[in-house]
Amino acid sequence: MAATLESWGRRVAPGAEILSEDLERITPGRPLSRGLARSYGDACLPAPGCREIVGTVLADRILAFDKDSGLLRAEAGLSLRDLVRLFLPRGFFVPVTPGTMFVTLGGMVAADVHGKNHHRDGCFGAHVTSLRLRLADGRIVAASRAENADLFRATLGGMGLTGHILEVEFRMVRVPTPWILRESQRIDDLEAFVAGLKASARDWPFTVGWIDCLSRGRHMGRGILYRGRWAEPHEAPRHPPHAVPRLTVPFLFPEWALSRPAIRAFNELYYRAHLARSRRRVVHPEPFFYPLDAILHWNRIYGRRGFFQYQCVLPETSARRFLELLTSLGGASFLCVIKDCGPEGEGMLSFPKPGISIALDMAVRDDTQRIVDALNERVIAEGGRVYLAKDAFTRPGHFRLMEPRLAEFERARERWDPERRMKSAQSVRVLGDGP
Amino acid sequence: MKAVLLGATKGMGRALARLLATRGDPVFLLGRNLEDLRKSAQDLESRAGRGAVGVAHCDLEHPMSYALALQAADDALGGFDTVVVSAGLFGTQEQLEEDPALLARVLDANFRGTILFCEAARKRLLARGGGTLCVFSSVAGERGRKPVGLYGATKAGLSHYLESLDHRYRAAGLRTVCVKPGFVKTSMTAGLPAPPFAGEPEAVARSVLRAIERGAPVVYAPPIWALVMLVVRGLPRFVMRRVGF
Repeated sequence: MAATLESWGRRVAPGAEILSEDLERITPGRPLSRGLARSYGDACLPAPGCREIVGTVLADRILAFDKDSGLLRAEAGLSLRDLVRLFLPRGFFVPVTPGTMFVTLGGMVAADVHGKNHHRDGCFGAHVTSLRLRLADGRIVAASRAENADLFRATLGGMGLTGHILEVEFRMVRVPTPWILRESQRIDDLEAFVAGLKASARDWPFTVGWIDCLSRGRHMGRGILYRGRWAEPHEAPRHPPHAVPRLTVPFLFPEWALSRPAIRAFNELYYRAHLARSRRRVVHPEPFFYPLDAILHWNRIYGRRGFFQYQCVLPETSARRFLELLTSLGGASFLCVIKDCGPEGEGMLSFPKPGISIALDMAVRDDTQRIVDALNERVIAEGGRVYLAKDAFTRPGHFRLMEPRLAEFERARERWDPERRMKSAQSVRVLGDGP
Repeated sequence: MKAVLLGATKGMGRALARLLATRGDPVFLLGRNLEDLRKSAQDLESRAGRGAVGVAHCDLEHPMSYALALQAADDALGGFDTVVVSAGLFGTQEQLEEDPALLARVLDANFRGTILFCEAARKRLLARGGGTLCVFSSVAGERGRKPVGLYGATKAGLSHYLESLDHRYRAAGLRTVCVKPGFVKTSMTAGLPAPPFAGEPEAVARSVLRAIERGAPVVYAPPIWALVMLVVRGLPRFVMRRVGF
């Protein structure tokens, strides 16, 4: 049996991961690095014909930390989980966190991840001060805003296509306590939701919402809005938060488990369970930032054929038209996540831009390509774009129409990797790299 | 405890050093590559947020390096009480059969070098009334098996030596801990097909630390390997000739 690699959405490609603590030794001549392989689609899979890619997870040393400035430099394979568990008890947190701890620093840079504080603090890349990269031609170079600036900007959100990220330097932020003060509110419809996110953005560093994208008409976009901030010492328990116990999904679920009625029932329950209109409490930061991390292997609930996540960013006024199209296409999903985005970052292909980001999980089915094509055409018409870290089905023509910055990214690649030696299954599919 | 670790830049040794450092135990690192050692020391300092971590050059293939390295560790720690050896060389049976030069190095480092190093460490510990000597051997040394015959032979010899140390010097205060890892997911085993009970280095490090604290003479990690090896040791030769492991 030939070796294969998998992505989080259970997409599979032939190939193997080469692992070592010493990234300088294993990166030369290889076309791609990946960390914990949490990208949903094919960004972390080898291009057809490439047998070996680099796995960075064993290269996880912290090379410097200055507690006065918060500046931290580490090898690319360091996981966010290690970082949070080591530094939160010491009063530091990452400036930006995605919705899972099972990512590496290299992956956070390559996807230029965003989080619940995007409206205030931008993407992770905004807090990166310097990178160390192995280029396609074998050279090792530093990249920052002052040095090789185009390489730096192309690497933020560049999905690993500019070179192997070896080291990342960024600034950690101080937090008053290791606890989160969270408010949750039940919201009746989409317009109220968008208004709620906007209103919360002024006073709350973290905001996010879950919406029920199966309900139609008057109730379309109903859901729960969460907002939070770090608790002040007088609000928080004196003891640090305990490690959260983890459950695991031990086997692949059968396909009926995610049928439309099952999802409808789940969404109804999730909405109704929030009895009071508004709740306020001090909570553990891990379930606040990483609700799904408590269940290991949760991707197995989507069964044998796997799933993907569709995430796009749209102008606020386009959200209702998008959700109407989604429900008419039958794109059933639970936990549709909605978030307002702040200004576009420096990364040449960074995903967020001002508007509303909508993310939804969908099981892979026979008509998935048709649904994605239809959603993408709507996103293009509304002036939005999709997130490459999630993407598995976007056609190259559609991506070009969404991404006016692609020419600049390709210029940077032309300069730093003219032969296009760095590539992934995704870059072959979406950017037209030769296999 | 005050621990000196040889081989803590990688794998299980790295995980154990992190565990010790983050709970506040002073550690000192020995290894072949000074630049790499300094990066690992930085890592431990950053993770622990406490004092500086010292390093010194020490190469299992060069016994001349041992005394100076142990002296440097003693000076820095003010007399260590625990020595951990997780360094070693590895090759698959195929690589070692094909490459006599590599085989010579593996035999030299894992058997001759490791035992000479342990002798030097043991004498220092006994001279101050005892301490703990924790050495990573392997389940590969339990039985002559097809896929790990040559590597296993070095570990069989090492396990034999460590057992004798335990018998001979425990009463004098030397606690010998022989770690027998099964398949653990480290760079050493990267690329090899992982069996069902493959372990994580962090979990192994926790088992080893418990064994050090209790003074357990032998620790299998992950623990299921104690059972696996009990069965494997009991298998008759005609079975071992037929099976692949």
